[in-house]
Amino acid sequence: MKWNGWGYSDSRFLFNKKGQAEFTGKRYRLSGLILPSLKDWFEGTFGANLQHKSPATPTVNLSAVAPPDLNEPFVEDLKAAGVAMSHDPEDRVFRAHGHCLHEIFALREGRIGRVPDMVVWPSCHKDVEKIVELACKHNVCLIPYGGGTSVSSALECPREETRSIVSLDTSQMLNECGYCTGHEPDSMEFSSLGGWVATRASGMKKNIYGNIEELVVHIKMVTPRGVIEKSCLGPRMSTGPDIHHFILGSEGTLGVVTEVTLKIRPIPEYQKYGSVVFPNFQQGVACLREVARQRCAPASIRLMDNEQFQFGHALKPQVSSIFTSFLDGLKKFYITKFKGFDPHHLCVATLLFEGDRGKVLQHEKQVYDIAAKFGGLAAGEDNGQRGYMLTFVIAYLRDLGMDYYVIGESFETSVPWDRVLDLCRNVKERIVRECKERGVQFPPLSTCRVTQTYDAGACVYFYFAFNYRGLSDPVHVYEQVEHAAREEILANGGSLSHHHGVGKLRKEWMKESVSSVGLGMLKSVKEYVDPQNVFGNRNLL
Amino acid sequence: MASRALYSPRHPVLKKRDDFEDVLEERRRSSDLRYALRCYTPTLYKGLVPCKASMLKTIVLQSDHLQYVIKQVSSESGDSTECVAEEASLILDEMAHRLQLSTIRFFAFTLSKAFKRLFRSVCVNEEGIQRLQQAVQEHPVVLLPSHRSYMDFLMMSYLLYMYDLPLPVIAAGMDFMSMKFVGEMLRMSGAFFIRRSFGGDKLYWAVFSEYVKTMLRNGYAPVEFFLEGTRSRTCKSLTPKTGLLNIVMEPFFKGALFDVNLVPVSISYERILEESLYARELLGVPKPKESTSGLLKARRVLSEDYGSMHVYFGHPVSLRSLAEGKINRSQYNLLPRYIPQKPRVDTHEFLNDAAFRLVRIQEENMVLKPWVLIATLLLQNPDGLELSFLTEQTDWLRHLALAFGAFLDWPDHEACSEVISCSLALHRHLLSVSAGHVQLNVTDAPQVETTPEEAVFHRAVVVLSCASYRNQILHVFLRPALLAVAMQSANSNRKDDVYNCFNFLRNMFSNEFILCPGDSIQDFEEACYLLMKHGVLQVLEHEIVMSASGHSTLAFLCSVLDPFLQGYQVVCRYLCEETNENLTEKDFIPAVRSFALKLILAGRLKCCEALSSDLQKNALAALLRLKAVRKVKVGDQVTLKVNKIAVNSLEDTLGKSNVNQNSWCSSMAMLK
Repeated sequence: MKWNGWGYSDSRFLFNKKGQAEFTGKRYRLSGLILPSLKDWFEGTFGANLQHKSPATPTVNLSAVAPPDLNEPFVEDLKAAGVAMSHDPEDRVFRAHGHCLHEIFALREGRIGRVPDMVVWPSCHKDVEKIVELACKHNVCLIPYGGGTSVSSALECPREETRSIVSLDTSQMLNECGYCTGHEPDSMEFSSLGGWVATRASGMKKNIYGNIEELVVHIKMVTPRGVIEKSCLGPRMSTGPDIHHFILGSEGTLGVVTEVTLKIRPIPEYQKYGSVVFPNFQQGVACLREVARQRCAPASIRLMDNEQFQFGHALKPQVSSIFTSFLDGLKKFYITKFKGFDPHHLCVATLLFEGDRGKVLQHEKQVYDIAAKFGGLAAGEDNGQRGYMLTFVIAYLRDLGMDYYVIGESFETSVPWDRVLDLCRNVKERIVRECKERGVQFPPLSTCRVTQTYDAGACVYFYFAFNYRGLSDPVHVYEQVEHAAREEILANGGSLSHHHGVGKLRKEWMKESVSSVGLGMLKSVKEYVDPQNVFGNRNLL
Repeated sequence: MASRALYSPRHPVLKKRDDFEDVLEERRRSSDLRYALRCYTPTLYKGLVPCKASMLKTIVLQSDHLQYVIKQVSSESGDSTECVAEEASLILDEMAHRLQLSTIRFFAFTLSKAFKRLFRSVCVNEEGIQRLQQAVQEHPVVLLPSHRSYMDFLMMSYLLYMYDLPLPVIAAGMDFMSMKFVGEMLRMSGAFFIRRSFGGDKLYWAVFSEYVKTMLRNGYAPVEFFLEGTRSRTCKSLTPKTGLLNIVMEPFFKGALFDVNLVPVSISYERILEESLYARELLGVPKPKESTSGLLKARRVLSEDYGSMHVYFGHPVSLRSLAEGKINRSQYNLLPRYIPQKPRVDTHEFLNDAAFRLVRIQEENMVLKPWVLIATLLLQNPDGLELSFLTEQTDWLRHLALAFGAFLDWPDHEACSEVISCSLALHRHLLSVSAGHVQLNVTDAPQVETTPEEAVFHRAVVVLSCASYRNQILHVFLRPALLAVAMQSANSNRKDDVYNCFNFLRNMFSNEFILCPGDSIQDFEEACYLLMKHGVLQVLEHEIVMSASGHSTLAFLCSVLDPFLQGYQVVCRYLCEETNENLTEKDFIPAVRSFALKLILAGRLKCCEALSSDLQKNALAALLRLKAVRKVKVGDQVTLKVNKIAVNSLEDTLGKSNVNQNSWCSSMAMLK
């Protein structure tokens, strides 16, 4: 794993000596392939130049890591209990951050802030109980750690924390056994089950399997007050407010999730990708809304706007035969010339169907029929599959951008159907305007996609990136623009977060989002469960 | 965009304005016909949803908003929804414009001819046009011209056509529709017609607001309307109306538009076509009903010289920047947006504030001609002035006006006397010059014997016509003048005493002049700043002291407000003396008028401006606002209940300002 970037060390994008982009390693479908159009897209979109590099510091500067502030009695007791632990600087640095832009940017520059003073690795529920008990006894601060893929500053050590901070790593869990949970967030290679529960995560295929709150049957969590769990595995209960909902989305402020019982499903027999081209984004949104209304959404349906469609296109690998390139040309001709789609307005929905073969084909037809009513044209499996690939490699791409003065990130929201279009347009425009006002030299990439459909609305995901050459404090500019974008989202009827969570990054809007009584309710739970604030990551509240 | 400047501290003196180009010059050189038929390719809004005028109707009628209101009205009234929908469709037919390029071309031709006969020049700031071209592409645009003449919107469309800008759709009053042919012509040149009053008519309001919003949202065309609601008969800006402003702002509040560009436009005339018409109207001769034949009679106008005309396109004001921190848009999150919601109190305040500030921008960009200065002086000296003294005084006033930031169009390389004689010539019908003595006069007075009432009436027409020019510069002198009067009436030189008086006067006159609500302190400081900078006052920590040389300036400033102080006093006195318990609102104006007339005939009142129905209406509005008078509805009549003690005390306070000042004016006369 990389210490200052996304994912596996062997997998990364780079521009080779010929100036062509390639993706290294062997793990992904893109691995080892040349992406001939990425360079032009990259330079054209950001005004970036391959001559202007902004490389990262190659290795961790361990001397910059402050020596651990250990609570000796706690360490002694823990040793006696036989729990694995470490205060090695590298282990500590690794668990001091998530993947927010400012966190990665600082690491690349070799700047290291407050890091946990030690890391502990419990191996079972009993270990966790022991750790929490000792933490209470010796008053140390515990920060649960799952996959480290947070994008809400949730893993940052609070600056005002004076106690010894212990990172409680729970990432070694879950085994394979021929079933699936169907929960597939974009970060699924790296994130952990406990993390999913603690952040109210959402998966790509929620249309079939549900979001995390619909998947869990039972949760066991260790809190400073003791263990919280239900007494049975009944599929639904009417026993007052569901206590699971105190745990789901608690973001590590109440305790450590040690055991989760999830629904499992047989691995689907058949999977099929698909895609539909629409003349413009409005038509695409109208189609998704209709699909949602008829409740026939496939496992996944996503609508990319025009900029993102072009982005996806730039990731097309080198074609192997003249025939394929001829065919591509023909397709393009058909859509833009014959059907009259404006290449600067058209947008693409990507689809993923799952289930038994017969049903998938039937379902596919139903969806394509609806799409046709909104002027959509089926555009093949390949486009669809590439669309999904984009979400798994986007974080690797950010690292590439950061090598060439381009910084960016994604953020998300959920919004009622009747406001989707206005929200998308206003937020994208706000980003462009804010960048301009803050002296960003080149128009930013400001793009969105509708990634989930619900009865009452949709989840919208934004990518935002810009070339920061000429800015003295790019991260600050970035943060101001992201802040403005979030304000714009809230002003347009969007939610504070659909699945990334609040962390410390979005805390300031919590009161506005859930009302002060709502916030008070959450605070009183925290007060009861953890009066000493042992779980002191200061997220959420 | 320079929108934020709206809220920045004002430094009137430092204002930089664009240069003008005369657009008629080109028209005098080349063929009008070719011009009218030239290729017209306007710059378009980037988010334009192309749609024909006929499609517009369908979109409006099928909108969620209108459908919702139709159902609501139907369930309230018991009529079937089809029936209500039919009614909505009829309303829309009555309202909708039918913008056609051919009509515009017709106007481009005929107006070119007409403008060349009427005006010596029509000057436009081309930088403003360039800014507008930019603004039109970025966001939907709302054009907000000042309204002094029927010419205004013809001229607007004419200029936009000339500069290849998209033609606006214009909100016009229903009264035009009675001119059959002209009404239809205007309709085809982009006017849409709204009833003057439709108070509680939910359906009408829904059709109307949806129609405007649809055009704005789709970027169909710039929407043009007059913040002042109607033509100002006095050439003073009118207190802005916020109804239409609310409609055009709502799509932004509700997130349907990223931003809206509000463009204030100031249109000023050296001589107003309707000049004496307005004066007569203010004196109670009802305005002739707009009719085509009436317009034809107005052909006579074509043979006269109306001098030059200036159109200044102000900086586009971004609604988004204007509303930042003032409007919480998430207040609309919890209801579907097609359900009409009454604006909340804070929204209302914002609308009002924005409207005032936009009108202030209009005022500030209004070009003033030398005659405005001359008219001011002639009004202050009803017995006339020696030409040489007038010249001297005008020059003095010119410097004062410039020091206060007036946008004065004074010919650069001409002698002062030359400029003055030109102005006098252009306005010769209002004055007489004999043996070097200049005096306001009625030249076309009927030769036959007139009653004393008629004589007063004739004099008043001239005075009010002349006042309409002086009124154009009032916004420049207003704040210092309020301070000058306040200093005279205050009990001491203490700053807070003066401020209290200032605040009282400001409050009293806030229906008369454009005074942004809540800007009292800012206005006071601005007045102090200007007078201090001009060496009239010294503003110490707790005191305000007049400088030795400040006397004449203060005296002049006081006389600027004098007609208004006198007029308001007359209204107060009338209300105190009136014994009729059942004075109806309708009878108020004629009754005050005859009361004032009696005072004038008796020689107890010199000021003819007290006869102006505009002043009387404003005074009544102020008294209602100050709760010295109440409206009571009796049957279908509205009667006025006067709190005589309160009115009396207001009159006393006004009188105090006035008495001192009269003594002052006489002292000034002695100085001369």
